[in-house]
Amino acid sequence: MNKKWIVLGTVAAVVLAFVAGVVVFTNRSNQEVKQAAQTNSDAMVRPHSPIFGNPAAKVTIVEFFDPSCETCRAFYPIVKRMVNASFGQVRLVVRYAPLHHGSDTAIKILEAARQQGKYWEALERALAAQPQWAAHDRPQPQMIWDLIGDIGLDMAKAKSDADGPAIAQLLRQDVADMQALKVNRTPGFFVNGVPLREFGEAQLKMLVEQELKKAGTP
Amino acid sequence: MSEEHSVAPNGNGRNAAFWMPLFLAWLLALLATAGALFLGEVMGKTPCVLCWYQRIAMFPLVLVLGMGLFGSDARSVRYALPLAGAGWGIAAYHLLVFWGVVSEGLVPCGKGSSCADADVQVAGVVPIPLLSLAAFSGILVALWVARRRVRE
Repeated sequence: MNKKWIVLGTVAAVVLAFVAGVVVFTNRSNQEVKQAAQTNSDAMVRPHSPIFGNPAAKVTIVEFFDPSCETCRAFYPIVKRMVNASFGQVRLVVRYAPLHHGSDTAIKILEAARQQGKYWEALERALAAQPQWAAHDRPQPQMIWDLIGDIGLDMAKAKSDADGPAIAQLLRQDVADMQALKVNRTPGFFVNGVPLREFGEAQLKMLVEQELKKAGTP
Repeated sequence: MSEEHSVAPNGNGRNAAFWMPLFLAWLLALLATAGALFLGEVMGKTPCVLCWYQRIAMFPLVLVLGMGLFGSDARSVRYALPLAGAGWGIAAYHLLVFWGVVSEGLVPCGKGSSCADADVQVAGVVPIPLLSLAAFSGILVALWVARRRVRE
């Protein structure tokens, strides 16, 4: 037999085995995530979380969100548009997944702004300037204070709220829920409790469409 | 194919007794590479610093030995040996770190995942550095056999 074909055949066999392994492994972890989502359905939405859109919407997008995450930044306008275009049928619930250094500080600042009703303004400022403060090797989340200095916050109150027990408790709960739901990457999406497994804008839109149909909206 | 008859320069291509051990060494490197990529890219385990150094030694072996097999080129054994030796050394050191014989303080593992972490295991039992050491050992033995056959 030609030795070159032995080599090429071996390469093909190993590549094939690799691909089969990927399929098996992805299926299994998808199953695990689905299971986790079903058994921990109470961990999906907590009353303390920020909601964007109609609170009584039939379809709920839960996003596990990290303010330092570039993909979360890229998805923010996409999700916002989806909610706005749904005529009150879709809402967004923001949960936190502080997977980067400094993310917890950033979240505390945003939550402090929320206590004064300026959450979305603060979030949009923080996301717009993310490349400046969220370098993964040298995060400077304290910079967010300067970014939101002029949106009309009582800064002294916000700074003491940020380190207060209420926000710390909220963050702890979100991290616990993130672990229970096996979210290890951000953004982690669930639509009406169904995890988005194959990541992407189109996939998210499809999942939302599917849940809208299930909910029987016109 | 007519290429079968062409003899690579300095490679005793026609009566290549070294081809089989060379093939075994390459196969080990290929499986180890596929395994490392699976652990890292599919299972999402972040390689620690020492894992990266072992990868640096293992991945090129696939190409160097693969080229040697293609041309029945005995010189590939010479080029592969230092890579395999270096990889073996790093894997042995990593295993000592993992077992706690050597303190991790000596290794710049500050960033990323720890080299002594229990996460450096497959199926929760077999330490990855042990697999790596086994692969490098097998490659070294196969290459040594190939070298002897080249010299005969």
